[in-house]
Amino acid sequence: MRVLMFGWEFPPHISGGLGTACFGLTKGLSTIKNLEILFVVPKTYGDEEKDAIQLIGASEIPMKITKIKHDFDFHKNLEYIEAGSNLIPYATPEDFYELTRKKIKGKKHYIETTKDGFIPFSGKYGSNLFEEIYNYSLVAAQIAQTHKFDVIHAHDWLTYPAGIAAKKVSGKPLVVHVHATDFDRSGGNVNPDVYRIEKQGMNEADKIITVSNLTRRTVINNYAIDRKKVGTIYNAVEPSKWVNKPIDKRTNEKVVTFLGRITLQKGPEYFVEAAYKVIKRMDNVRFVMAGSGDMMHKMVERVAKLGIMDKFNFTGFLKGEDVYRMFSKSDLYIMPSVSEPFGISPLEAMQSGVPVIISKQSGVSEILKHAIKVDFWDIDKTANAIYSLLNYPALSKTIRDNGEFEANNLKWEESAKKVFSIYKQAINK
Amino acid sequence: MKYICFYFQLHQPFRLRNYSFFDIGNDHYYYDDYLNESVMQKVAQKCYLPANKLILKLIEKHGKQFKISYSISGSALDQFELYAPEVIESFKKLANTGNVEFLSETYGHSLASQSNLELFKQQITQHSKRIEELFGQKPKVFRNTELIYSDEIGDFIYEMGFKGMLTEGAKHVLGWKSPNYLYYNSRQPKLKLLLRNFKLSDDIAFRFSNHSWNNYPLTPQKFSNWLNKINPKEELINLFMDYETFGEHQWADTGIFEFLEHLPNEILTQTQFKFETPSNIIKKLQPVAVAHVPYPISWADEERDITAWLGNDLQKEAFEKLYELTPYIQKSTDEVLLQDWQYLQNSDHFYYMSTKWFSDGEVHAYFNPYKDPYEAFINYMNILSDFSKRAKKASPIDDREIEINKLKSKILIQEQEIIRLKKQIKNRKQ
Repeated sequence: MRVLMFGWEFPPHISGGLGTACFGLTKGLSTIKNLEILFVVPKTYGDEEKDAIQLIGASEIPMKITKIKHDFDFHKNLEYIEAGSNLIPYATPEDFYELTRKKIKGKKHYIETTKDGFIPFSGKYGSNLFEEIYNYSLVAAQIAQTHKFDVIHAHDWLTYPAGIAAKKVSGKPLVVHVHATDFDRSGGNVNPDVYRIEKQGMNEADKIITVSNLTRRTVINNYAIDRKKVGTIYNAVEPSKWVNKPIDKRTNEKVVTFLGRITLQKGPEYFVEAAYKVIKRMDNVRFVMAGSGDMMHKMVERVAKLGIMDKFNFTGFLKGEDVYRMFSKSDLYIMPSVSEPFGISPLEAMQSGVPVIISKQSGVSEILKHAIKVDFWDIDKTANAIYSLLNYPALSKTIRDNGEFEANNLKWEESAKKVFSIYKQAINK
Repeated sequence: MKYICFYFQLHQPFRLRNYSFFDIGNDHYYYDDYLNESVMQKVAQKCYLPANKLILKLIEKHGKQFKISYSISGSALDQFELYAPEVIESFKKLANTGNVEFLSETYGHSLASQSNLELFKQQITQHSKRIEELFGQKPKVFRNTELIYSDEIGDFIYEMGFKGMLTEGAKHVLGWKSPNYLYYNSRQPKLKLLLRNFKLSDDIAFRFSNHSWNNYPLTPQKFSNWLNKINPKEELINLFMDYETFGEHQWADTGIFEFLEHLPNEILTQTQFKFETPSNIIKKLQPVAVAHVPYPISWADEERDITAWLGNDLQKEAFEKLYELTPYIQKSTDEVLLQDWQYLQNSDHFYYMSTKWFSDGEVHAYFNPYKDPYEAFINYMNILSDFSKRAKKASPIDDREIEINKLKSKILIQEQEIIRLKKQIKNRKQ
C-alpha cells in the first residue's frame, strides 16, 4: 500500500502539536510492513541554494524531491517532497497576515515568529492565505498525477484542499485527519472561510480520523458529518530523549508550571486565578507561565493586580532543550485548556516525571488514568489539586511513578496500526 | 452432626463530603449527609427491611432449626439511628427470637488491627457495649473488618476473652485442606476458627444472577444437591456474605429473596445439615487442625490479602497520618472529636484509594463516591489535615510525651513478644 500524505515539517523545525503528531504517526507507520509513504510538506524557500530546487510542471511550482534515510530513525526510506508554499501549521488568517507582513522585513525572521507563537490580533484577514491554500492544492494535483498511490491522507484544514485535489485527479480515497477544528482554535468565533474549507474536506473525505472523542463530537455535531465515517485514533508520544534527566532544583520552592501558547484556547487565566488561591494558603511555591501569545500582557497585568508577582514568573517562549529543562525544575504541570483536541505536552511532562493536572476539556483526558482531571473553569478544584499534590508526597509520588509508565506506554506504533486499518477500510469501501 | 453457618455483614461508612483545602482550619464538618442518607434509605428499603422481615418469617416457620448470625458495624448502627431507625427495631425483633447471634467487631469497621492493638481493643469493647445495649446479648465470637485475620490478631482476640473468630478460607492458607471443618489459631489452640467457604458463599453473593454462569439459575434444590455431594466427613459449611446481597447486590427481581425463603426448608429436609450460630458451633464441633496465618488475610479480591486497603503509597500515607494521632485522641474527652475519629477510620475510605480499582473495577466501584483513587486520597487528606489540627489543639502533647508514648508502645510490643516466646518454650517442654 502506498499513501500520499500531506503533512507538516518535522521537528525541530517547527513547534507545536501538529508537527509533533505528524512526525510521530509517520514514524509509527514506517514500522508497518507493505506500507510506503509519499510525504509532502509545504516549505518556504528563501535561503536555500537554488540548485536544490527543481521546477516541475507547467504551473511553475518549486518542488524538491528527496529521499531521506534514517534521518529521524525511520525504519525504512521515506519519500519526502517539499513543495514551495508559505503555509504553516496553526496559521489562522490573522497569523498569516502578520507573518507575511513580517516577511517583508526579513525572510529569516518569519519562521522565528511562528515558533514564537506570538499572535497579535490583526483584525484583518490576509487574502493571501487562501491563495496559498489554493496554490498548494495545485501542487497536490501535480503530484497526484505523477505518482502512484492507493490512499490520500491529509492533516488538518490547511491541507484539505490539497487532499481533495489529489482525490479528484486520481480517484483514490481520501482520509482526513482532524487534529483541531476552528471551534478549538477560535474559542467559538469561528471564521466562516476556515469553516467552509474544513467542512468541504470532511464532506469529501471517505474516512475521518479525529484525535479524541471530544473532537469527534465536534466534527459530527458542528460539521454535520455522518458519525459512521468518523473514528477516533488517539495520539501517542515519542519516547523521551531525556531519560537521564538531571534534577535541576536549586531551592525548596515548589514549582508549578504552565507551558504552552498564552492564548484563549489554553486557558492561562484559570492558571493565574488558581495560583492566587494556592499562594494565599501556602508559602514556598512558585508559579511559572512558560510561553507567549496574545493574552500574555493581560496575564502579566492580572498577576500584578493580584499582587503575586513575587511568586510568579513569565519565561517567554521555550523550545527544544529549554522545555525539558523547565520540566526538570517543575513539581507539577498544569494544562487548563478550554478546548484541547488532544494535548501531547502533558504526556511529555509525565515522561519527564512531572505529575500533571489536565482539564476535562482535553482529548488526552479521555485516555489518561494517572493525572488529576478538572473542569477548566473549576478554579477551586484546580487549586485544591495543586495544594494536594504539593503537600501530600505520597500523591505526587504515586502519580509520578504511574504516570511515567502510562505515558511511555502510549506508542505511535499502536496508533499507526489503527490508522492502517482505516486506510484499508477507505480503500475497500 | 453437620452444620451450616449463615453469617451476614452489615456496614455503612460515613462517606465524606467534598472537602477542599480552603476548608482546612475553617470547617470541621466532614460528612456528605445527603449521600449517606439516600444510600441508607435506599438500602434499607431494598435490602435490610425486606430481608429482616423474611428472616423473621423463616424463624417463625422453622423455629429452633433455623439460626443465623450478623455483625453490624457501629457506624452502620449510628446511621440506622440517624436515617432508618426502623431497621434497628426489626433487628431487635430478630434478637428477641433467640435464634440470632450478633458478632463482635470494631466500632468503626476500622483497620486498627493493622496499627495499634490497644486501640483495636478499645474499639471492640465499645462495639460490644453498643450491641449489648441494643440487642441484650454480649458478643462471644469475633469477626474483624472484612474478615481480616492473622495469627497475631487471633492471639490477641483470644486474650480478650473470645473463644471463636471468623475469617476467610483462603486457598493460600489452607492449601489442600478443606474450609469445611473447624480450625484453631496457631498460638492459641483454644481460639477456634470458622473459615468461609468462598465457593459456595460467592455462588450466592456474586454469581446468583449471572446469566453466563454455567450453573445459572441457582435454585434451593441445586444448592442442597451440592451440599449432599460434599465429602460426607466434612461437617461445617460457612456461608459468609454481605447482607446487601439480598435485594441490593442481587436485586429483588433476580429471585434472590425467593431463593432465601426456600433454601432452609430444602436444606433441612433434603440434607443432613443443621443451621447453627458460630458460638454454638465452636462448642459442638472439635477443631481438626491448626491454621497458620503469619500474614494478614481478608475476604477481598483474588489475593485475599489486605492490599485493597493498604496496598499502595496513598493508602499507607493516609493510614500512617491517621494513626499518628492516636496518642492525642487517647487524651481527649471531646465527644465530637472522638466520633469523627471513629468515622475517619472506616476502612472504606482506604478502599476508595485503591489503585487496584483501575483494573479490578466493579466491586471497588460499588457505592464509591469518587471517580478515582486520587480524588479519594485528596479529599481524605484535606479532612485529615483539619482533624489533625483539632486533635493536636484539643490535647496538646509535648515532645517528651510523644517520646514516652513511643517507648511505651515499644515496651508493650516487646512484652507481648516475651509472653509469646515463653509460651513457645513451655509448649516445647511439654
